Formats: sequence, C-alpha cells, structure tokens
Amino acid sequence: MKGRPALRDSAIAAAALIVVLAIPLVHRSPAFEDFVIRLSAMALFATSLNLLVGNTGMVSFGHGMFYGLGAYAFALTMQMTDLPLPVAAVLAVLVTTLAALCVGAICVRLSTDYFAFITLAFQMLFYSVVISWQSLTGGDQGLRGGIPRRQIFGFELGSQLHLYQFCAVVAVLGLLALRHISASPFGQTLRMIRDNENRASFLGVVLWRARLWAFTIAGAFAGLGGVLAALFVSGAYPELADWPNSGQAIFAVMLGGINSFLGPVLGAAILLALNDVVTRFTEYYGLVLGIVILAFALGFRRGVLDFFRLVWPRGLR
Amino acid sequence: MKLEIRNLTKAFGGVRAIDDVSLDFASGSLSAVIGPNGAGKSTFFNLISGAFPVDAGQVLLDEKDVCRLSKTERMRLGIGRAFQVASCFPTMTVADNLMAAVTAHVGQWGNLARRFPPPGVRERAGEVMELVGLTHVANVEAAILSHGDQKLLDIAIALALEPKVLLLDEPTAGMGPEERWRMIERVRGLWEQRKLTLVFIEHDMDIVFQVANTVRVLCYGRVLAEGTPGEIRNNQAVIDAYLGTEAHAA
Repeated sequence: MKGRPALRDSAIAAAALIVVLAIPLVHRSPAFEDFVIRLSAMALFATSLNLLVGNTGMVSFGHGMFYGLGAYAFALTMQMTDLPLPVAAVLAVLVTTLAALCVGAICVRLSTDYFAFITLAFQMLFYSVVISWQSLTGGDQGLRGGIPRRQIFGFELGSQLHLYQFCAVVAVLGLLALRHISASPFGQTLRMIRDNENRASFLGVVLWRARLWAFTIAGAFAGLGGVLAALFVSGAYPELADWPNSGQAIFAVMLGGINSFLGPVLGAAILLALNDVVTRFTEYYGLVLGIVILAFALGFRRGVLDFFRLVWPRGLR
Repeated sequence: MKLEIRNLTKAFGGVRAIDDVSLDFASGSLSAVIGPNGAGKSTFFNLISGAFPVDAGQVLLDEKDVCRLSKTERMRLGIGRAFQVASCFPTMTVADNLMAAVTAHVGQWGNLARRFPPPGVRERAGEVMELVGLTHVANVEAAILSHGDQKLLDIAIALALEPKVLLLDEPTAGMGPEERWRMIERVRGLWEQRKLTLVFIEHDMDIVFQVANTVRVLCYGRVLAEGTPGEIRNNQAVIDAYLGTEAHAA
C-alpha cells in the first residue's frame, strides 16, 4: 500500500529492534538495560514534541503535561482496577489524547509566542492539580505502592529483562508510527504550515484543524512515553509532569536535530548519557548540561543529525 | 471564466483603498492593471481572492457572487493568484512544493493513511513544472532558487490548483530587463495554453502595452481609465496622473 520508503523504514525499525533485543542474550548489563528503558520513554516523548516543533513550527513548552498525564493515568488505572496491562495502557493513552484535544482546542489558534506561553501555563496548572489533589495522586510524594505487575503475553514486567523487551518493542513501534505520520501527506501539510502558513491556507489547508491534529497526535505519543516511564519507576511522580521535564524534551530535540526524524532520539540518548556520566563525577549537572547546550547552539548551530546531514547531504535522512 | 467587479469598496481606517470600482474581465482575456504606487492594485487583488473582506460591492465569477465565500472556497471555484513577493515553501524542493500544492488541492492534505505523495500527484506536479519550465530545478530547495525561478514557482503553485482566473501581482517585480521579458513571455504562453482569464499588475509600460489586450488604470482607489493599450497610451488623464511622471522614471 505504501511503496518502498515505507518498507525501508520498517526494515530499519526491525533491524534496530533485533539488535536491541539481542544484546541481553550476549551480555547482561543492568545499567545498559535501565538506560534503554528510560531512553524508550524519553525517545517517544521527544520525538512526539518534534512533530510540533520541527515539523509544524509550534514550540510547545508544556509537552511534559501529557507525558505526566500518561504516567499518572496508567499508574492509577493499574492500581485502582484489575484491568490487564495493555488495556490500562490504551486507556491511559486515550485519556492523554482527549486531554491534548481539549488543551489544543484552546491553544492552537494563538500566535507562536502566546502559544508557547499558554502551553506552559496549562502545564503549570496540571502540575498544581497533581500536587494538591493528595488523595488521588499522593501529592508531592507521588503515586507510591508500585504498579501491580500483571503478566502479559507471557511477559512478566517485574523482571528487568522483560520490561526491557517490552519497552523496546513499544518504543520502536511508536517511533515507526510517528515516522509514518511525518512522511504522510498530513506530515507534508505540517511542513507547509511551518514554511508559509499564508500560502498553505490559500491552498485550502484549514490551519487550525491541521495544528489541532498535530497537537493531539503529539500529546498521544507523549502519553505513551509516560506509560513506559510509569512502568520504569513503578508509579508516577510530579516531576514527570513538571515544566523542567518539558525543557528536557526541548533540549533533546535541539541537541539531536530538529530536521531529522531520529534527531530527538539521539538527543534523548545524549541527555540521558550525560546525566548518567556527569552525576557520577559532579553534583553540578545543570552546569555541565548548560555548557553542552551552549556548545551546540553556538558551535554547531544545529543538532547533531542536522549537522551531519549538512556535511553529507545525501546521507542520513 | 468571466470575472466582473461591481461597485467594489474597501476602506482601511478613513482611507478608501478601493472606492466604488466596477470592472469586467472577459473570459479568456489578458488584462493589465496599472497605476501609481498606493493606487490600490494589490488591495484590489486581495479583495477578489478573498484575503480581505469587502466593505461593499460584488465580485462575480460567471455571474455568481463570491464575496461571502472564503479564500479557499474561491480558490476551489477557480480564482488563483501569485504574490508580489514570491510565496512558496522555502525548505522544500520545487517538486515537493508543487506536489504539496496538488495534494492540498485534491483534498488530501489531512491524509494520514499513506505516504506522501498520494497517487497521481507526482504526475500532475510534473506537468505543471514542465509548463512553467522548472523541471531542471525539480530537486532544488526553493530557498536557493534564483529570484525569477521563485516567482515562477509561485505561479506554478497557483497553476497546480487549475485556476480559471489567474491574478498575478507584479510577476516581473525585482527583475532585470531581459529577465522581465522572458518572464512575461512565459506568462503569455501559459495564458494561451491554458485559456485562462489572466489579470496582471505591472509597472513596466513597454511590457503592458505590448502584452495586454486591455489595460485598466487605477488611481487612488478609483478607475481612472480602461481600454486597449493604444487608447490608454493616448489618454490625457492617464498621462497626467501616471504615464507622464512615473513611467519614464521606472
């Protein structure tokens, strides 16, 4: 139905998945497996944000809200009901999608500056609700008590290896879906809006509708990332929904490359690796991160993958 | 397709940019709109294409009043336009620009279920590229095209929507004398091939008098004169208001 580029993307995804799944068979490293689990959540989070920032030119400072909401919705559903894990995950993503649709309906008609501000305001509002609604969310302590690790399809997510495999599969499938959206006619429409919204509207594109779809889809995939994050921490914490977390996603997008599909994934990996390495040597993590971001902003003037695409134009896509 | 303007009026603040203008553009005609800077020429196009709402009057497309329709609906009925400052999608290649335009035109811009471009779109974009002569730069990013090619791409995007009436706002703006003639010959070629009702704004009087069938002169939002190039050239009011001064300076 989709011709060769789609096949190529699926092949790349399958190859990447096989490699990731094969590594623990050769060598078990808890630190590496942790890293991949966290990366799978962060990669979905950052790549979904890039659908807005890179593809559409909508800079949202409140994307962490949907990441946090996905985590809370999933953890709460698992704790309060006996639903199987996949059902709870789907429910959590649906809740996030609906929330993104509502928030987006208010935000997407605003001009760029006000759009950025109001998304941030919504996130702060959501964060306050999480903090103050103690009886439901556990307030600033977060949702504790863990997530019941029910078996799914023979997977026992209490085991780190199974969690690793589960997260890798979900992340790769999620990224493949995002890739497909970005390469669809709709994805091209988002690029038209980014480049020249006036001309796009003359061509018949209904700007607010396209933006609202993009916002909702991005929110849904951030929610999926949040589900993986909740599985990793076995609960949900307000930090997941706080605005510095949105900043992390923006950093990931900027570090990896805004115009390359896999840029945000690489950026997320760089951020997490930095975090793991730097915190081992110094407590001034923020200082080191700041220097790295300055180096990218002033030196490369673009993210890593975008930089390499400029150097080897026919190479990475 | 016949385009008739009836008593069109538009004011910005207290200034009447277009003041009770009535003009007919016969089906298949090639007309120039001229006038000094600030005469309301671009506003006139903006009102016809639906970029601004009108204060009063009618825009009739084959006798149908389109004044209450959005710019998108007017585009669907066959009004296409290119802009004074070339308006395209700078980070996309020429081919992608046109394929995106065709995709939007066939109502597929929200399609999530398949890969870009949808079937048939590549071929139609290719035809348009061929028509305006941009095939040799198909894979070049629009941002790094020459100024003239960007103007052509803008016109090509308008053509991708299969307009019946095409409004070109200064197709030769910012070009050297030779490039201007090449451009206007292309435009005339398009008009002949596609049997368009074509209206263009132009400052170069040599081009206007040689290319256009009819000429309309706007001045301070009003119609100062209309007629064949020969009639306009000898119209005393036009000479006083416009030709006598600015044409030679330009």
